[in-house]
Amino acid sequence: MDRAVARASGALPGAAVTPLLEARALTKRYPIGGRHKGAMLYAVDAVDLAIAPGECVGLVGESGCGKSTLVRLLARLIDPSSGTILLDGKETTAVSQATFTTLPERARIQVVFQDPTESLNPSFRVFDAIADPLRRLLGLRDKGKLAMRVHHAADLVGLPRELIQRYPHQLSGGQRARVGIARAIAVEPSLLILDEPTSALDVSVQAVILRLLDDLRTRLGVSYLFVSHDLNVVRLLCSRIIVMYLGRVVEAAPTEVLFGAARHPYTRALIGAIPDPARRGEARPRLDGSPRSPIDPDPDTCRFYGRCPIATERCAAAMPELTLFGDAHVVACHFA
Amino acid sequence: MTALLAIEDLSLVFRTRHGTVRALEDVSLSVERGEIVGVVGESGSGKSVLAYAVMGLQDAAAQVQRGSIRFGGLDVLAASEQALAAVRGRELAMIFQSPRTALNPIRKVGCQIEDILRQHAALRRSDLRRHAINALARVRIPDPERRCEAYPFELSGGMCQRVMIAMALACSPFLLIADEPTTGLDVTTQAVIMDLIRDQSRSTRMSTLLITHDLGLAGEYCDRIAVMHAGHLVEVAATEELLSRPAHPYTQQLLAATPTPRSTVGGLVSIPGQLPDLRAELPACRFSARCRRHVPLCDERPLPWTALSPAHLVRCRVPL
Repeated sequence: MDRAVARASGALPGAAVTPLLEARALTKRYPIGGRHKGAMLYAVDAVDLAIAPGECVGLVGESGCGKSTLVRLLARLIDPSSGTILLDGKETTAVSQATFTTLPERARIQVVFQDPTESLNPSFRVFDAIADPLRRLLGLRDKGKLAMRVHHAADLVGLPRELIQRYPHQLSGGQRARVGIARAIAVEPSLLILDEPTSALDVSVQAVILRLLDDLRTRLGVSYLFVSHDLNVVRLLCSRIIVMYLGRVVEAAPTEVLFGAARHPYTRALIGAIPDPARRGEARPRLDGSPRSPIDPDPDTCRFYGRCPIATERCAAAMPELTLFGDAHVVACHFA
Repeated sequence: MTALLAIEDLSLVFRTRHGTVRALEDVSLSVERGEIVGVVGESGSGKSVLAYAVMGLQDAAAQVQRGSIRFGGLDVLAASEQALAAVRGRELAMIFQSPRTALNPIRKVGCQIEDILRQHAALRRSDLRRHAINALARVRIPDPERRCEAYPFELSGGMCQRVMIAMALACSPFLLIADEPTTGLDVTTQAVIMDLIRDQSRSTRMSTLLITHDLGLAGEYCDRIAVMHAGHLVEVAATEELLSRPAHPYTQQLLAATPTPRSTVGGLVSIPGQLPDLRAELPACRFSARCRRHVPLCDERPLPWTALSPAHLVRCRVPL
């Protein structure tokens, strides 16, 4: 299938709207040393994706599949090796990452990082943690206005006012998670990238944070890119899910479709591996073995080859392209 | 039949500069031969303290106030360090949460397995390597001959955890204590590792004490589940029974807070309040401050166990 067709489809259910964020053939390669000197590690390889305004998209895949690199690329924290990123149809990759930091667009994409304990500056009080992006990105200097914005953000995430002068170590895990979110939404971004926002929290606290995130999205109309390894959690918030494997998108579909009728063998293995007491004792197909090497991968071999339960010679001879099934379901598998 | 592991009325405190932390109080739990028992609780509930106590690996600040731990014929709390060392690694093995830090970073994994075998198995030196390779093959590590020569940093997290399990299983222990064995691993790897533990339990009648925060995981793999909250065991029951008819309000809310393939974001329950400070004066029921069913009777000591059936025990005055 034609790449452009896949792009439009993979991306958006109703392609009439301009996507808020769009990535085209986004690639990040890292040169590596040692005995592989001169070789390249393909962290993210020709990824196409789009996120509509107000949409909540999930990104799943195992560790090392390139999720975090993709997040850093989309947030423009690192420069891609090739490919483009468009924000409201305007190319942001035209300028370097260093220049992008100084533009007003910087504030439009914010990231909530994984571990709220490690991602907050321990010497900043909550107030300064939330005020920092306001000062840096919006150039807000007026003390009264600054305090107003900080309090507003804290209120939105349900952080009690009396905690605003505390240091991170004086807060519980759930409160720190709220600070991480408040800090990100303070500058009123259009897209919030949530990188495993609840993986460091207990389930009882996770439930509160997930409800908060769901509530914020409807109230602020912001789009989410929700990165997680926990499919049960992704399912709760996202209307569409993108599955990555070794730097490439292997499947993307609306949530119900993905859980009900996944077409890629990797996605099926991923869903099958979710612990579920209701399926106790059932023998389920397991995905054993390790992924292929991401170093100079064979461009004509499916990345899942070697681990795939249904692979044939064809999979080692031609890389499957993303192909459209139905109106919003794309799969990269010869046997989908 | 006597249980392989019997923990009775165990109370353990930590003496710290900031007061006495009542980490475990009146904990009773038994594990039968071949059984997989899950200990489930949130962070700070004392589940790891319990696991370490069973291994006889208490922190220097820990003090056992009451109770006993019997493993086979051994009184773990009274046993000498030599007696414990003879049992650990052979009859009693443990795998830890972060396999990469639990393994020695500067020794090849094959050598680390040989160390265990040299210590506990009567093997000729020339046979050590072969047994180490077999141990790796048993946990389905591909190409075990070559992996023996690998250092932990050369292996993925899942592969390191398999090495840990290979080490733990090398001497065919009677009891495996698995402290969050798959936290931090991918779901696909988690499934493989847990299948491995379960298959070992089934084929060699090894018992397993699975310490986890994940009720879904415990629900899929355990025969029985014990729920911990703030140093108390609050409910013990067969897995299906516990999941379908939780009797303790905490168990019920923990279940309702855990996302499943069928839950909705609005349906997720958050448990009000947080764990009580274990250094302060504590009420008879440590869940009472968070509980909506609290009645005056709840504050009366001692808080008894109620047997809803011989195998379903709950420590609540007003069970559901």
